Amino acid sequence: MSAEAVAPNTNGWEPKIVAFCCNWCSYGGADSAGMGRFQQPPSTRIIRVMCSGRIDPLHVFNAFLEGADAVLVTGCHIGDCHYVNGNDKTKIKYKFLENVAQELGIEKERLQLNWISASEGERFANFIRDVTAQIKKLGPSPLKPAGVV
Amino acid sequence: MSDNKGIEKPVESKVDQEEKRVGVFVCECGVNIGGVVNTKAVADYIGTLPGVKVTSVNKFTCSDSGQADIQKKIKEYNLNRVVVAACSPKTHEPTFRACIEQMGLNQYFLEFVNIRDHCSWIHMWEKEKATEKAKDLIRMGVERAKLLEPLQASEVPVIDKALVIGAGVAGMQSALDLADMGFQVYLVEKEPSIGGRMARFDKVFPTNDCSICILGPKMVEVARNKNIQIMSYSEVKAVEGYVGNFNVKIEHKPRYLDVAKCTGCAKCSEVCPVEVPYDFNEGFGTRKAIYVPFPQAVPLRAVLDMENCISCKACTKACESKAINYDMKPSYTDVNVGIIVGAVGFKTYDPEPRHDFGYGLYDNVITAMEFERLLNAAGPTGGHVVRPSDCKEPIKVGFVNCVGSRDKNTNIYCSGVCCMVTIKNAQLLKEKRPETDHTIMYMDIRTPFRGYEESYNRSRNLGVKFLRGRPVEVKEDPVTKNIKVRVEDTLANEIRNLEFDLIVLATGIVPHEGINQIQQLLKLSKAADGLLMEAHPKLKPVDTTIDGVFLAGVASGPKDIPYAVSQGSACAGRATILLKNKKAITEGITAVVDPDVCVGCGVCLPMCPFQAIKMDEKEHKANVVKALCKGCGTCVTACPTGALEQSHFKNKQVLAQIKNVFKFQEVAA
Repeated sequence: MSAEAVAPNTNGWEPKIVAFCCNWCSYGGADSAGMGRFQQPPSTRIIRVMCSGRIDPLHVFNAFLEGADAVLVTGCHIGDCHYVNGNDKTKIKYKFLENVAQELGIEKERLQLNWISASEGERFANFIRDVTAQIKKLGPSPLKPAGVV
Repeated sequence: MSDNKGIEKPVESKVDQEEKRVGVFVCECGVNIGGVVNTKAVADYIGTLPGVKVTSVNKFTCSDSGQADIQKKIKEYNLNRVVVAACSPKTHEPTFRACIEQMGLNQYFLEFVNIRDHCSWIHMWEKEKATEKAKDLIRMGVERAKLLEPLQASEVPVIDKALVIGAGVAGMQSALDLADMGFQVYLVEKEPSIGGRMARFDKVFPTNDCSICILGPKMVEVARNKNIQIMSYSEVKAVEGYVGNFNVKIEHKPRYLDVAKCTGCAKCSEVCPVEVPYDFNEGFGTRKAIYVPFPQAVPLRAVLDMENCISCKACTKACESKAINYDMKPSYTDVNVGIIVGAVGFKTYDPEPRHDFGYGLYDNVITAMEFERLLNAAGPTGGHVVRPSDCKEPIKVGFVNCVGSRDKNTNIYCSGVCCMVTIKNAQLLKEKRPETDHTIMYMDIRTPFRGYEESYNRSRNLGVKFLRGRPVEVKEDPVTKNIKVRVEDTLANEIRNLEFDLIVLATGIVPHEGINQIQQLLKLSKAADGLLMEAHPKLKPVDTTIDGVFLAGVASGPKDIPYAVSQGSACAGRATILLKNKKAITEGITAVVDPDVCVGCGVCLPMCPFQAIKMDEKEHKANVVKALCKGCGTCVTACPTGALEQSHFKNKQVLAQIKNVFKFQEVAA
């Protein structure tokens, strides 16, 4: 669980961020970011689910335990959910996630929620840039197992 | 980790046991991926992963030869899982699903990895890191692919009736085409008359034919068509259901008169003492509180505007057919339809709040729509273009293009039609009164379609002046009320100080206030311009991400009339595929309950917005109705026992992806 083994040189260190995206909005937003060629740090690995409502605490904390430096929960803007109100439930669940993360000693920057529509490519890219910069400052996650990259 | 194995159907356990033989196909997408990601290195690395029997790099995996390569390798290596690493599943997943299905594989044995939009395109200058990221993404995909299970897409019946929202020219065309193909159509329009924006135009470019003269007969055709039921002055209030069976609640706003009795004689308007600005004429002139919307209105019936009514009841006395009813309440109709066409239109940009080019401050700065009504023979001035300050006919007219378009402060997109609107308006006035002098101040003139460039040349020949530049200062002369404009002529490279009698602003296209409601009712996405988004900008321009919902006209981006009409027809054509076949194919992804694990607590029930989970009272177990389940998976996360799973997004499948984001690296000694 020590950070030294992973990142002796923080300058060139690229954090690994797991982003959960819903099929209809934020995944589309990531696509739009690509279409608009909005450049982003190569830190993020996107996992697609149909709805942000599917993002399970199991997934989020497994990502941390496997070595994620940050986990992003993203979905449609409130009111725009493809499945009526899945994201409302995500919002409620997120409160729980935040509390557990705090208990585990995970800094709040490492777990973030954002609503991004399929057309908001620039917003998606800015989000990734901001989070990556914040995580670069913090360094590797305290939960990251040794030897994991 | 909750690995609930061996509980479901025997088919799946067989699938679990069989050896996973994965083929990975890496697409270069020309240079889109290949120019950044070292695809050869990626394929070499992926080839070393357990279970991967073959890797292949193609210039274009989606091409005929690329797909043939997949099919050949499925046969040669006896593959049972296929990973395609290419662009976005949102556009290309159906292509490759069909490709592997042809070879006898279940279509859900495909895993699609996005290494273009999510990798090469966003790390263009970090080739090595992009290559490493592509390796990670594909490794995640390979591990997920090994755990994929076969699913069956299901069929739902389609009610052969259609709902068209918006009776502008696009919506009317859609309704007519659908009706002519024999389907019952409900045509809902929020205004008291059908016709939309086109009914307000004076003449339409590039032919300059009278707008209402070509639209009017179409409106009558719609009214006469036996298969079309017009619901004017009505709005869609609720939409439930899904492709094939949408339950739609429509509100009919009270007209405060009996439509069946009203003859549209307008005697009520003659006696009404209340005058309010006439919205149909862009606020020029007045109408009464009870009025017939415009002479060609369909239905030709009066409407009472209760907000401005003073309840003097003069109209009640004047009405010979006793149609007026002050106590009318909104009424509602529920309809069941198989498909929905959204042709919800637009409004023009309002320059008032920002006072663009002095609009709202100076009387003699008007918009192109206002100019259009002044030009119209049925308009407030009988077709005489006058300036508002003194009602004199202007000689020097300045037109400013791109107001509320192509401007970082308002809207960055091009509205597409305003260049031609300005050119047409200048031509029309010049033809009417040759002594007038016109200057069009533009950024670029855009004339892309048939006859447009010719129309542009024609106005040049008529003597309309074109000045490339945007006014930087607009001031009113306090005495003459003329408008003084300071503008840089960027072609001559000099500053000009010009004086005009009248300034006309070519205001752009923006979404109207109702678009948010429609977007939320139909569960659509909005594009960056605030208008609704189509399923694919090129290949599915009238489809949406919601099956059975189509978009026509300016609702999905600026368009001219022929384009909007074509889209109306296109929607009818696309919708007919569903309406005629009377069935639609829906995704096989649904929630599934493991009855052995379910304790019947019922936590999942309120999670489902589609009421797809029913409690089996006898067994006391939750039960998913597959036809109703849309496969969002929200219930799955709520289940406290792990009895619910979402097929294709099972926990083990998602967790395999998560695990493979990372790899273990031996720390160098």
